[in-house]
Parts: sequence; structure tokens; C-alpha cells
Amino acid sequence: MTITTLAELAADLDQGKRSSVEITKDYLGRIKASHHNAFISVNEDLAIGQAQAADAQRANGNKHTLLGIPVAQKDIFCIEGTQTTCGSKILENFIAPYTATVVQNMQDRGVVSLGKTNMDEFAMGSSNETSHFGSVSNPWGSEETKLVPGGSSGGSASAVSALLAPAATGTDTGGSIRQPAAFCNLTGIKPSYGRCSRYGMIAFASSLDQAGPMTHTAEDAALLLNTMAGFDAKDSTSLDVPAEDFSACLNDSLDGLKIGLPKEFFGDGLDDEMASIIETAVKEFESMGAVIKEVSLPNSHLALPSYYVIAPAEASSNLSRFDGVRYGYRAEEYNDLVDMYTKTRTEAFGDEVKRRIMIGAYALSSGYYDAYYSQAQKLRRLISNDFTDAFGECDVIMGPTTPSPAFEAGSRSGDPVSMYLNDIYTIPANLAGLPAGSIPAGFTKSGLPTGLHLITPYLQEAKMLNIAHKFQQVTDWHMRTAPNAISGGKA
Amino acid sequence: MALDNETVHNIARLARIEIDPSEVSQTRSALENILELVAQMEAVDTTGIEPMTHPFDATMRLRADAVTEANQRDKFQAIAPKAEGGLYLVPKVID
Repeated sequence: MTITTLAELAADLDQGKRSSVEITKDYLGRIKASHHNAFISVNEDLAIGQAQAADAQRANGNKHTLLGIPVAQKDIFCIEGTQTTCGSKILENFIAPYTATVVQNMQDRGVVSLGKTNMDEFAMGSSNETSHFGSVSNPWGSEETKLVPGGSSGGSASAVSALLAPAATGTDTGGSIRQPAAFCNLTGIKPSYGRCSRYGMIAFASSLDQAGPMTHTAEDAALLLNTMAGFDAKDSTSLDVPAEDFSACLNDSLDGLKIGLPKEFFGDGLDDEMASIIETAVKEFESMGAVIKEVSLPNSHLALPSYYVIAPAEASSNLSRFDGVRYGYRAEEYNDLVDMYTKTRTEAFGDEVKRRIMIGAYALSSGYYDAYYSQAQKLRRLISNDFTDAFGECDVIMGPTTPSPAFEAGSRSGDPVSMYLNDIYTIPANLAGLPAGSIPAGFTKSGLPTGLHLITPYLQEAKMLNIAHKFQQVTDWHMRTAPNAISGGKA
Repeated sequence: MALDNETVHNIARLARIEIDPSEVSQTRSALENILELVAQMEAVDTTGIEPMTHPFDATMRLRADAVTEANQRDKFQAIAPKAEGGLYLVPKVID
């Protein structure tokens, strides 16, 4: 089976070659036949109902580009009337009473939701191994070598890479769209903070969380982002900027583009093979007329420590809402109110979530606030200022998305800090709130995908997608099919 | 960054999480490892640097003080673990 893009499906629908119901049933069949554990729940009736509605709208003259195209939704987005778990036991039986704005925006344009994808619990993880609903397999691995898909949007990445969905939504707090995109050979975009509404997207770290598309191509990412983004009064940090067509400048020339390579992203800790793949990818841009400059992000080594204060602190506050009172799991037996809270949380949160809540509670506790949270926020500013300086010299910053390609399942889950190092290159863009993405950069000798990381100035998603699209016009890495995609290899 | 068991229990209490006695030392060392990573922050002099709470220093918008939400009590309480007569049920708080 070969890769089908959103653009191709849109053309088929537009020309009447296939109906939305046919396409949706095709993907539902693939999901059923798959063994990747990429989905936590699939609501076939809902998906087919939406597809029928889309076909009816098309018959009535609705011409929205993605009308009737099915996509997978990360199980962090509330969809009214459906199970929304965020990968946690505490929300195992939670039926959302409302719909996230991002999903609503997509539904309003006729996009069909295929189902809810697996993820690290509360988006805390880089391997999808913290999910209450089991680990997810990376279609680029094999029976003998089970590889993680990355995380936290691991189910979304696996689903698109395994051809179970033509595209998926993800969320990115410290790299949760870009790292799995890199591990699964996808295009993954984290827009500027505030582009996509956080309303109905279960909160992890509110000053960092941002939704974005996970697709095969940059062209598709632009199409999907067009349906996801937009101002929303229900999100107090939603960006009130004019709507933009992210596809508008996909084909612009890159002649004279200034690419900044931060020396800090090519130092110790980067796999040698990875470094040479990225260098080769950057050379492709040179042959398109781009100019390479060395830049510096001198405080980038402080991003990881700063993030592991800010994100847990915000998480400990956000996750205090899970107390067994209003929704979700409640412990069976307890003595009093505090005991009920404690038993509920102890029984229903996984180890990684508990660790982060405790780190956050400690960082915010009396006597430690200045040393931890306040200091981390000051470093956040230094990191953000570094980008401002670097963008004085270049139009885009490039580097590897991850220090190494996808690793074996179980190989790092026992050592949280080594797991955190996965996000060493992706976290700075979250702290600064900048748009960033990962695109397929090539393969290692053992056949594993790698990601080229792009960071652009504030609100320049369209420019980033232009850069990514032009690269995809001269390379075909993004169109390679995974050996364990559905009907690919031995699957 | 060394923590003692009492501090670990205190953090757990703040977080409303119970740590099984058999797992205290494991939890303590996991937290210590994370705090060791975080300790790199201490080396930086940040005197005079304004903390950054949000990207682009976004400020929270204010909205008009007007009712925008309809009452959906029954709908929301339908998903509560225990609710009765329009009330969420919890263990007795005041004797």
C-alpha cells in the first residue's frame, strides 16, 4: 500500500471518484485490521454519520477542501458524547460533555473524526509507554525489534505512519508532535503558542501546550492547520490575529533564504549518523539558493532544566482538578474527603504523572518558589531572547529534531531523566512559544527515519511550511512506506 | 539534590498522592534525579531578569461581566461519580 495524502483525497472527493463514506469505511477497516494499538477508541457510527453528512453537504455545493476527509484525533481533545481519556485510568470512563474548539473547527469544515489515538498519560512521555491503554508500536520497527513511536502523540504518529489515517491531530508541550513525527517519518507542526485554541484540550502545562497537525507532507500540514487554527474567545491566551491561509506561499522560492544552524544543536549527545543526515539535508537547501549561517543559542542548555520546573509546576496545578468529585474515576473505599482525593489519585494516576505532579508541588511549595519556579521563568526569558537575537541573523533555524532515532520499547522507561533528553532540541521552541516543525530528513543505515527540525519566528508557520514543502519537492523521504504499515511488510 | 523520606512524604501529601512504604526509596531517588537535572539552573545569575510567564508575554484577556454559559447542571452531573438531587456527594466534611 502506498501513502495517500490529504491533497489526493481532496482531489478524489472533488472529482467524485470516491465518497467520504467510502474513504472513511476504508480507513475504519484498516484500523480494525491493525495491531499497532494506535487507537484508544473508535466510534464507527459517529465517523460514518459525519461522512454521510459531508457527502450530503458536497451534493449541496459545499466545497471546503477537507470536506469529508477522515482524520484521527489525539485522545486529549474532548469530543462531546465520546470517551476522552487523555491516556489515563482516571478518565477511562469519561464521556466528554462538550467538544474542543480545534475539533469543532474541523467538524465545521466537514472533517470526519475516525477515532481517538493513544498517547502518553496526560501527554507526559516521549515513548507512549506511560499510556494506561498500553504501548503503541512504531510501524518502522519489526516483530523482533519493537520500536517506540515517540510521544506523547505516539498513537497519532503510529496511525498516520501505519496508513490507518491520512492525518492526525497532536499536541506539543515539549516536543510531543515533533519527536513522534521524527520517529515515524512524518511532517509534524507545532504552531506558535496561541494559534490553536486550548479549549477542550486537556491541559498539561498551559503556558506551553499547543495543538498541531501530523501528516505525511507539508502541503497536508498546511491544509489541516487551516482547519484547526483560529481565534477563540473561550481560550484566554488564544491569539487574536487575522485568519491566514497556511498554504498561500508553499511554492515560494527559497533563493536567498538564511538558514541558521545553532552550534549548540550539533554538539555532544548527537548521534554521528544523525548529524551527517542533517548536514546532507541542509545541503539540499543550499542547492535551492539558501545561505547557511552559524548562529548561537547560548542558553539552550538551560531549556531542559527550566522546562522540568515549569511544566511539572503547571501540571501539578492543572491536574489538581482530578479529585474524584465531579467526573472521572473515584476510589471505592475511603475514610474522609482528603482520603478520597488521595486514594482516587493514587489508584488512577500512573508513575510518571505522579512524579511530575510531585516535582511541581515541590517547586511551588512555600520556601522553594523563588529558587525553582521564578528562576525557571527567568531562564525562559533568556532562552526566548536568544531566539530573538538569532532571528536577527537568519530566517529559519534548523537542526536535528531528536538526538537519536526511535529506540527500542522498554529500553528507557526505567530512567525518567534519560527519557527527558529526547526533547532536548524541541523544548526551547515551546518555552519561547515559537512555531516549529519536524520533517522527514532521511534514513539511518538500519532503515530508521530521522527528523529535520525547523524553527521560525513568531507567526511564521506559512514560511516554515514553504521551506518544508520545497524540501519535499526535491526529496522523497516523506513518501516512503513503513515496513509495518497496514498491508505493508508482514502486517 | 538529596531529599529525606520526610520531605518525600510531605511532597506526596501536598500532591494528594500516597506512596507505598515499599516504594519510598525508589520515588525519592527518581525525584532526586529530576531535581539534579533542574539544579543546573542555580549556576545562572538572573539578577534583573523579568520572569516570563507566557510566550510573547501574552496577557489574559478580560471579558465582559455577562452571563454566557447556560445552566447545564444535569448534563455535567450525569458524568459525576456520585451526585444526587443536584448535589455532588462527598464524605462528610464538617461534623
